[in-house]
Amino acid sequence: MTSPQDISADLSAALATELGVARVTDLARLSGGASRETWGFVADGRRLILQRQRFGDIRDMGVEARVVQAAFNAGVPVPELIANGSGDIGSGFMILSHLEGETIARKILRDEQFSQARQSLVTQSAAALASLHSIDGTKIDGLPSLDQVQQYRETLDNLNVQLGQSHPTFELAFRWLERNRPTSTRTTLVHGDFRLGNLMIDANGLCGVLDWELAHIGDPMEDLGWLCVRAWRFGSRLPVAGVGDYETLISAYQDASGVSVDREVVRWWEVLGTLKWGIMCMVQTSSHLLGMTRSHELAAIGRRVCENEYDLFLALEEKW
Amino acid sequence: MPHDLPSAAQLVESVREWLEKDVLTSTTGRVQFHSRVAINVLAMVERELRLGVQQVVDHRERLALLGFTNDAELASAIRSGDMDERFQEVVDLVRASVLDKLAVANPAYVAAPTSNE
Repeated sequence: MTSPQDISADLSAALATELGVARVTDLARLSGGASRETWGFVADGRRLILQRQRFGDIRDMGVEARVVQAAFNAGVPVPELIANGSGDIGSGFMILSHLEGETIARKILRDEQFSQARQSLVTQSAAALASLHSIDGTKIDGLPSLDQVQQYRETLDNLNVQLGQSHPTFELAFRWLERNRPTSTRTTLVHGDFRLGNLMIDANGLCGVLDWELAHIGDPMEDLGWLCVRAWRFGSRLPVAGVGDYETLISAYQDASGVSVDREVVRWWEVLGTLKWGIMCMVQTSSHLLGMTRSHELAAIGRRVCENEYDLFLALEEKW
Repeated sequence: MPHDLPSAAQLVESVREWLEKDVLTSTTGRVQFHSRVAINVLAMVERELRLGVQQVVDHRERLALLGFTNDAELASAIRSGDMDERFQEVVDLVRASVLDKLAVANPAYVAAPTSNE
């Protein structure tokens, strides 16, 4: 068996070769999910971040690297892409510059050191979104374009069959979405997961937009709606990322992009986002129920689905 | 009653109390976090044992008001558009079922702040 020390030594050596540096030190795993890992390290004195895919993750990280590069070129605050590829370092990997800041939502929403940041965050987020939505997603090789309603409809149908259950609230939400679907006026690059947790915040506010793995071609209003989903307020009363109101987001986005925004279109995407999150919770609990990963934590998530259902009723209050 | 005391609810309660008193205080990090999750799960089971029987009756009554005997029938009628004419009525009844689920899963959630206009 390969020991953790061996893995570190092999990975450090592979990184040094890739980057053409003399020394890679301080390699430490920062986080790891089911499909990818994030590591921090120092290459000849420079702090860098490695994101690598685990074997079995079928996504092409090269697409994500091209998206990060395009966002960087468009002036979106993102880490700088230093290298990417596949091989000894991982089945797919990206090496990015290290950004100093905080990503933990509850700290950003509550700690005194971020009080100034909270004031500016909605305006800065709107500006970052306007910049990334100026990018033509069709110019990024391999970027997927999927109908979100159809995609999650299929996910829910599969889950319902696998788990032998049905969800009247989710059906009400799908029905409402079908009957109230706005016409898309723009098709751009969409981040796909723009919310606290994926935003790097320092004392001055937004300093990095992270986690581009769900980026796709779509209606840019998806990102605005997702940022307002109640789960991403982390208990705060304020609807936009827990730090601001709809009017501030919409007017700041209009100012930065020159595109007018319809509040009801943002609501439609917020409802779809809330529904998506509910379905994602079911996906998580299904990996326990179907035996892929037995865990009482995943089991408990199944009973959080009713929180999303309640959020759907809140988002649609008076709007059914 | 087919069983001796403690009841199922009392058994679950006893394990939850042990987790709270002994496990939570003598662990850190990941194990402590998972102890906390376990405490929440057991508290949920206790609430379901207390409220569940009545909730089954209430749920069935709400479905009957719409002419259904289970969630699958209702879900499929909503999906096909058959309930479009009675949408608000369906919304109100389904919302009542969701509030029942929250009373078991996370009673504090309904009291949490919101700003939706």
